[in-house]
Amino acid sequence: MLPELGQFALILALLLASVQCALPIFGAWRGNRTLIALARPAVAGQAVFVVLAFGLLTYAFATQDFSVAYVAQNSNLALPWYYRFSAVWGAHEGSLLLWILILNIWTVAVAAFSRKLPDALMARVLGVLGFISCGFLLFTILTSNPFLRHIPALADGNDLNPILQDPGLIMHPPMLYTGYVGFSVAFSFAIAALLGGELDVAWVRWARPWTNVAWAFLTLGISLGSWWAYYVLGWGGWWFWDPVENASFMPWLVGTALIHSQAVTEKRGSLRAWTLVLSIIAFSLSLLGTFLVRSGVLTSVHAFASDPARGKFILGFLGIVVGGSLLIYAIRAPKIAGGKLFKLLSRETLLLVNNLMFTIAAAMVLIGTLYPIVGELIGAGRISVGPPYFGFMFALLMIPVVCLMPFGPFFRWGEGNWRASWRALRPALVIAIAAVLIAKFFVAPDTSLRGLAGVAASLWVGIGIALYALKRWRESPRGKRYTPEMFGMILAHFGVALFLAGVLITEATSVEKDLRFEPGQSQNIGGLDFRFRGVQRAQGPNYIADEGTIEVSRNDQLIATLHPQKRAYGGGGQIQTKSDIDPGLTRDLYVALGEPLDEAKQGNGAWAVRVYVKPFVRWIWLGGLFMMAGGFCAAADRRFRKLPEREDEKALAPMTVTQPVEARPVEAGA
Amino acid sequence: MIARLLPLAVFAALVGLLLYGIEWNKRHEMTEVPSPLIGKPAPEFTLPLLYDSTKSVSRKELLGKPYLINVFGSWCPTCQFEHPILTAQIKPLGIKLVGLDWKDQPDDAKRWLAQFGNPYDAVITDQDGRAGIDFGVYMAPESFLVDAQGMIRYKRIGMFTPETIKSELLPKIAELSTPAKAAQ
Repeated sequence: MLPELGQFALILALLLASVQCALPIFGAWRGNRTLIALARPAVAGQAVFVVLAFGLLTYAFATQDFSVAYVAQNSNLALPWYYRFSAVWGAHEGSLLLWILILNIWTVAVAAFSRKLPDALMARVLGVLGFISCGFLLFTILTSNPFLRHIPALADGNDLNPILQDPGLIMHPPMLYTGYVGFSVAFSFAIAALLGGELDVAWVRWARPWTNVAWAFLTLGISLGSWWAYYVLGWGGWWFWDPVENASFMPWLVGTALIHSQAVTEKRGSLRAWTLVLSIIAFSLSLLGTFLVRSGVLTSVHAFASDPARGKFILGFLGIVVGGSLLIYAIRAPKIAGGKLFKLLSRETLLLVNNLMFTIAAAMVLIGTLYPIVGELIGAGRISVGPPYFGFMFALLMIPVVCLMPFGPFFRWGEGNWRASWRALRPALVIAIAAVLIAKFFVAPDTSLRGLAGVAASLWVGIGIALYALKRWRESPRGKRYTPEMFGMILAHFGVALFLAGVLITEATSVEKDLRFEPGQSQNIGGLDFRFRGVQRAQGPNYIADEGTIEVSRNDQLIATLHPQKRAYGGGGQIQTKSDIDPGLTRDLYVALGEPLDEAKQGNGAWAVRVYVKPFVRWIWLGGLFMMAGGFCAAADRRFRKLPEREDEKALAPMTVTQPVEARPVEAGA
Repeated sequence: MIARLLPLAVFAALVGLLLYGIEWNKRHEMTEVPSPLIGKPAPEFTLPLLYDSTKSVSRKELLGKPYLINVFGSWCPTCQFEHPILTAQIKPLGIKLVGLDWKDQPDDAKRWLAQFGNPYDAVITDQDGRAGIDFGVYMAPESFLVDAQGMIRYKRIGMFTPETIKSELLPKIAELSTPAKAAQ
């Protein structure tokens, strides 16, 4: 009974979503206040039913209702209670429902926090969000119903993929989706502005905090995913350039460009058309990511069961949303470049370089990800490009970004002072070079070029931004030193410095060893003693494990005891390696259990053990956390919530605002 | 105007490409439309053994008994997902399991197998991917069932799951005792 209610709730949500989409947009066009006023109630109504549907699916998992096919496929009686909740989004149908839930949360938040904005604009924004919701609800109901019954009901279910049974994976998808879906807000504001013809910069100011929050969540989601890959896949890597990782990385890259271009447009009025395009592209890439994961076009770790019908549906939807919005853009985009003029040496130029690099990087990732299909099309065979392509190209594109980044805050809008900025930044360069020289000749002479470049780049960016913070501290009166927006920028840029240090130092100086360990034996790796205490049986809630014990000490001082496991899960007899890590700010000790090497002694003999010493690896995610904090901090700036300067009356009728777009002839193809 | 239509044009090309991808995928759906190699002799190969690169194994030497070639690589995350299934569910089937370490560094492959276990009866290496091209491999993991006469009888693109083992691999192994239909 309850699962059927869930399905009804979805259908009702769909109906309300179509109301939310069609009527307010029509109302805003005709200037009909009644229809405009429908937007918010429709938003609330839709959200109620989506929450109900999601709650019912969760309830089915919590009570282990194996008559629901989706529940039976993705959980079983032995699954601990906390994974029953995350199992809700463990596969295609449920994760789609999570997508819709999060879209609704964003929509409700936009409706609630934007009461002061012009009604007509809000009607259009909520209408566009409703359209997106419509598409996804339709997709769920027609192709991926999570409430489908399995008759007769099963006594016990399959199992949640053991690799997904991990605390990191409880939080990773919701955070990632919150980021992905959050770009729909900037997108909706852009489309609303295009539809209404209000292409001044007001919409950008209102869209900015939403974009920053979405970007911050996406940063967190990607960092969590990378952290999970690091400790679960048992392979010590933290980024694989897997198609699905790329799918989340592309919106992040364009989102990074977007938050910077929004700053230019909002403050200086320049780059208006570009900001519109980026708003559209950032969300389009989120949709594309959804398509890539669920259509089976590309194979990946994360890929859900592939189904061409689903692929076609999303592609059709993608075509309508993105094609439609780009068409609206082509017709209505501002014809004259607005805004204040800027010189070649100015903050605008630097941000433009940032935008170009990040957009090109996103295009590079897109091409690499779709390369197997392109190869097939041109008859070269389905060849995929691997991490070497991505790694090389990405590093190449990011070099100018890293070199120019510290100049950004020092350059003024309009016209930057090259000499003054250079003078201010010289200490950063001097320290960076000095540190590299000291590292090379005194501390660690065998450090590779990459590691040294990492130290230099990190110090350059980190000290550069610290110098800027110092300058503000000295030159501005108390209380006006840092606006939240500026403080967010400082945090995020500092995060970049941490990230750079983490990536390059880890890659250059990690020690990775595969060792044969007899019980009681001790071996020295990277100046540390690893003593193997043998392997014991351990019982988990739904698995049995071989658990090794390894004591790590330095100069006979015990610093860590690690318990790596090899787990056999009850359900499918699947084996999962669970490495153990001693985390630290300056180095991680990472131990994974291999195979028993003495078959005869039944696990009491020697074992193969993989040991890593990874200096500064944690800084990769620490950098991510700083960037995230920066995004949230900037979004909190009061300035973005300032009242619009003109009254609602004027905004309501688009014809009277600035220059009506319809009045202009649209020269086809000219 | 042209500049403003540019994003739309790029996007249209992208949609075309993705549509092609879906269509291609449908045509190449693992079981329905057989790969051109099915029912034909497996391509000739002579490849060095991973654990003893001075020795090699050729197609001829493997004749006489059916075997399953599993293409893998230490760089391939999906292979890591397939690995426990290979160990727990395919190895017990008793068919000779030949690992083809594809486009990989031998040291990495050895480490990988040392950590996760080696389910293969023999591991051969195809470091530059030449043999992979002959077999028409386009991604790992991929598996080929070859009968005693050296004919490819079945091909699986992507990882084996418990379901596909039941629905595809087991019936194909059962059919091995009957000779392959002559290739056109």
